[in-house]
Amino acid sequence: MDIFFQQIINGLVQGSVYALVALGYTMVYGILGLINFAHGEVVMIGAMIALTVLQSLLAAAFAPVLAVLLSLMAAVAVCMALGYSIERIAYRPLRNAPRLAPLITAIGVSIVLQNLAMMIWGREYHSFNLPFASTSHHLGGAVMNDVQIVIVIVALVIMAGLMWLVHQTRTGRAMRAVAENPAAATLMGVDINRVISVTFMLGSALAAIAGFMVSANYGIVHYYMGFMLGLKAFTAAVLGGIGNLRGAMLGGVLLGLIESLGAGYIGDLTGGFLGSHYQDVFAFFVLIAVLVFRPSGLLGEKLAERA
Amino acid sequence: MSLLEVQDLKVSYGGIQALKGISLSIAQGELVTLIGSNGAGKTTTLKALAGLLHPASGKINYQERSLLHIPAHQRVANGISLVPEGRGIFARLTVEENLLMGAYVRSDKAETAADLERQYVLFPRLAERRTQLAGTLSGGEQQMVAMARALMSHPTLLMLDEPSMGLAPLMVEKIFETIRDISAQGVTILLVEQNAKLALEAAQRGYVLESGAITLSGAASELLGSDAVQRAYLGA
Repeated sequence: MDIFFQQIINGLVQGSVYALVALGYTMVYGILGLINFAHGEVVMIGAMIALTVLQSLLAAAFAPVLAVLLSLMAAVAVCMALGYSIERIAYRPLRNAPRLAPLITAIGVSIVLQNLAMMIWGREYHSFNLPFASTSHHLGGAVMNDVQIVIVIVALVIMAGLMWLVHQTRTGRAMRAVAENPAAATLMGVDINRVISVTFMLGSALAAIAGFMVSANYGIVHYYMGFMLGLKAFTAAVLGGIGNLRGAMLGGVLLGLIESLGAGYIGDLTGGFLGSHYQDVFAFFVLIAVLVFRPSGLLGEKLAERA
Repeated sequence: MSLLEVQDLKVSYGGIQALKGISLSIAQGELVTLIGSNGAGKTTTLKALAGLLHPASGKINYQERSLLHIPAHQRVANGISLVPEGRGIFARLTVEENLLMGAYVRSDKAETAADLERQYVLFPRLAERRTQLAGTLSGGEQQMVAMARALMSHPTLLMLDEPSMGLAPLMVEKIFETIRDISAQGVTILLVEQNAKLALEAAQRGYVLESGAITLSGAASELLGSDAVQRAYLGA
């Protein structure tokens, strides 16, 4: 039973990260119908920026808490600018092109960002250590440390804030209107380009925070880290129903749990034939299963417009 | 003095010239209708006026200023509002959210709230359904949402594209009654309709559009009585 609770905790922590990244995929898809495959790299850039800023601030003898907060803010700011630029430079010129063109462009942007990061930060793994100790808490046999608790809480707060923004504010209303009918939104006086930029910037801010979280949790960053994380968050978005915000959150947490429980028990289930390093298989098994049996995802449903 | 002055407007898309140089003018407070058969260019005309289509040549002057270089989303703030064909309802937004989208360009909160209440008086059916998703409404109710939403922007010029399309006769009557009400409140209206009889009965003046060109124009009552219109559109 101990391992069960431990895997639930691990799953929730990882699932929180997936959820934040999945929101970025799903928001952009909801508005543009585009899978922004460069989104995972934005997460990686966020982690790298945070690492660099954190290290230099600590070297300059900043107070640890201040250094962490400032490095997070720097990562968010850089990623928002990056997200804005990606849309402006790579996707906007292809707004009316066939759907395959922006998709291939997205993969191109992803490769460019990966290589750029490799040139700046090198091929090696960097350790990402927070400048304070993270106490472990024992919860009935399972262990959860401060960082993991903070990750789950911050993710919850951010998701609640995003839901408030999208459902209660004028900007959020405009986002939903553009997602549903861009021409009609224009007729209401909405500047579609502005709304699309805001969407990319919001998604990228969430990606930066997720990048910080995953680095702080595993203590390691690498120029290639965004690839697998991005694919899994995309899977989470598809699982929940792409284009649906609640779906992305649900899909993220579910995928984290599935992965974690799967990795924890795959050894027992296969009599030791397969080990926990097969963890990644579960995400893609889920992706294939969803695409085959419920392509619209768990919460993805469309309301028809009546004639 | 005219509120809107269109001169020799030409619009093409996909290699087809949809408007072959039309001219029309609308005075402040008028209710003018543009009638014609399917594919005559009625919707194209409204889209060009709203800024969704870019004319190849010609002039569009509104309140003595050219509209040609003003993007669609800024024309709303200038008082031009289009209720598009098919209504363009936001199905996954509630009725009230749809109406608030209509007030997107306005920043006067108290006035907007008062206007919202005014729409609910004009369309009591919508008041009952304010928290319902607009996609769950009937076609007639959705048309009401589209019109109320357009009114929320305080339009000077309201353009309606086929408001009667797909509606039951009773609902059509109700919609036209509302159009007359809105006109009586001083809003200038450009009404595009396939139902020529209803449109001409409601309007003061009319234009007949055929294959991208205006072939007839004049007082609505005269058009209603003219042989050409009777034969072509009224099935007499």
